[in-house]
Amino acid sequence: MTLRSRIAHRVSRIVSFLLLALWPAQAFAHVRGGEATGFLSGLSHPVSGLDHVLAMIAVGLWGAQLGPPAMWLLPVTFPMVMAFGGTLGLVGVKLPGIEVGIALSAIGLGAAVLFEARPKLWIAAALVGFFAIFHGHAHGTELPAGANGVLYSIGFVIATGLLHATGIGIGLIHRWPAGRTALRVAGAIVAFAGLAFLWQALT
Amino acid sequence: MVVLAHIMNTGLGPFYDGLAHLFLTPEDLLPVIALALLAGLRGPVDGRVVLFALPGAWLAGTFIGRFSDLHLAFPIVAAVLTVALGALAAADRRLPLASVAGLAIALGLLHGAWNGSELSRARSGALGSALGVACAIFVVVAVFAALVSSLRVPWARIVVRVAGSWIAAAGLFMLGWSLRAG
Repeated sequence: MTLRSRIAHRVSRIVSFLLLALWPAQAFAHVRGGEATGFLSGLSHPVSGLDHVLAMIAVGLWGAQLGPPAMWLLPVTFPMVMAFGGTLGLVGVKLPGIEVGIALSAIGLGAAVLFEARPKLWIAAALVGFFAIFHGHAHGTELPAGANGVLYSIGFVIATGLLHATGIGIGLIHRWPAGRTALRVAGAIVAFAGLAFLWQALT
Repeated sequence: MVVLAHIMNTGLGPFYDGLAHLFLTPEDLLPVIALALLAGLRGPVDGRVVLFALPGAWLAGTFIGRFSDLHLAFPIVAAVLTVALGALAAADRRLPLASVAGLAIALGLLHGAWNGSELSRARSGALGSALGVACAIFVVVAVFAALVSSLRVPWARIVVRVAGSWIAAAGLFMLGWSLRAG
C-alpha cells in the first residue's frame, strides 16, 4: 500500500468515526427535546446569512493568499475569537453595531483579498479576530427556541470551520496567475457585497 | 431505568446506557477527545498514559461523586477545562509527561464526580453505568490518540490542531451557556 493510500485510508476512518460519533440523527437513541434541532440549527446558521458566508470564506481566501502559517492560523483564530464573542452575547454583554461590524468584516476581508494585503501575521490575526467578535456575538444571541445550546454551538463552530476550509480550497488557485486574478475578483465581490450589507445596516 | 441525567435509555442495561452516555453528552465527549488529541500529538507514551489514567480517574471520580455530597459548579469548571485542553491541542504545546497525566487525572476526577453526583439519584445500575462510561472513554482515547500519534505528514498535525481549536471554541460557548444558566 502506498503512503498516499495509507493516509487516505486513515483519514476516511477518522471521518467515518467522527460522523458516527457526532451526527445526532444516528448517534442518539432517543432525541430529547431540541438536541437534534440544536446541532442542525447551529450547523445551518452560518450559511443562513450571506454576510456570514462571505466573511468566513474570505478568511480562508486571505489565508490561502498569505500562505502558511497564516493559511491555518487565521481559520483557527476566527472560530476561537468568534466563540468568545458568542459567549459575550450569551451572558448579556451588549455590543453596539453588530450588523455594521459584520458588514465591515466583509468589506475589510474582501479588500484584503482584493489588494493581496500582506501585513505581519499578528496584525492579520488581530484583524480577523476583531471581526470574529461581531459574528460570534450575533450567533450567540440567535439561538432558536427549544434548541440545545451546546449542540447548537458545536454545530456552528463546525460549519464556520468548514466555510474557512472551503475558502482555503478555493484559494489554492492562487498558485496560478489566472487564479490570482480570479481571487482578487472574488475579493472585490465580497467587498462590494459588504458595502451593500453596510447600507442595509445603516438604513 | 434512566441512570444518568443526560443518558438515553438504550434498553440494553446500565452498562450500555453508560457506554452511550459519553457519545450523547458533548460536555463529556469533547474534553476527552481534546485530551486524546493532545496526548497523540505528544506521542505514543503519553497516549498510553492517558489511555489508562483517564478512565481510571473517571471511575474513581464517579464513586467519589456517588457517595459524597459535592456541590461544585461542574458545568463551569468542565467548560473551562474543555477550553484549556482544546487550546493546548491547538497550540501543540510541549508538555512533560507528568503534566499530561495530571490533566488526565484532573479531567477524569472532575467529570467522574459530575457523573457520580447524577448517579446518586439512581437506585441501581450505577456500577454498570460507570463501567460503561469508562470503557467508552478507553475506546475514544485509544482511537484518537493512536491515530494522531501515527500521523507523519506535517499538514495532518495541523488538521489535528485545528480540531483542537474547534473544541476550545465549543468549550467557550459551553462556558457561556453555563454562566447564563447559573
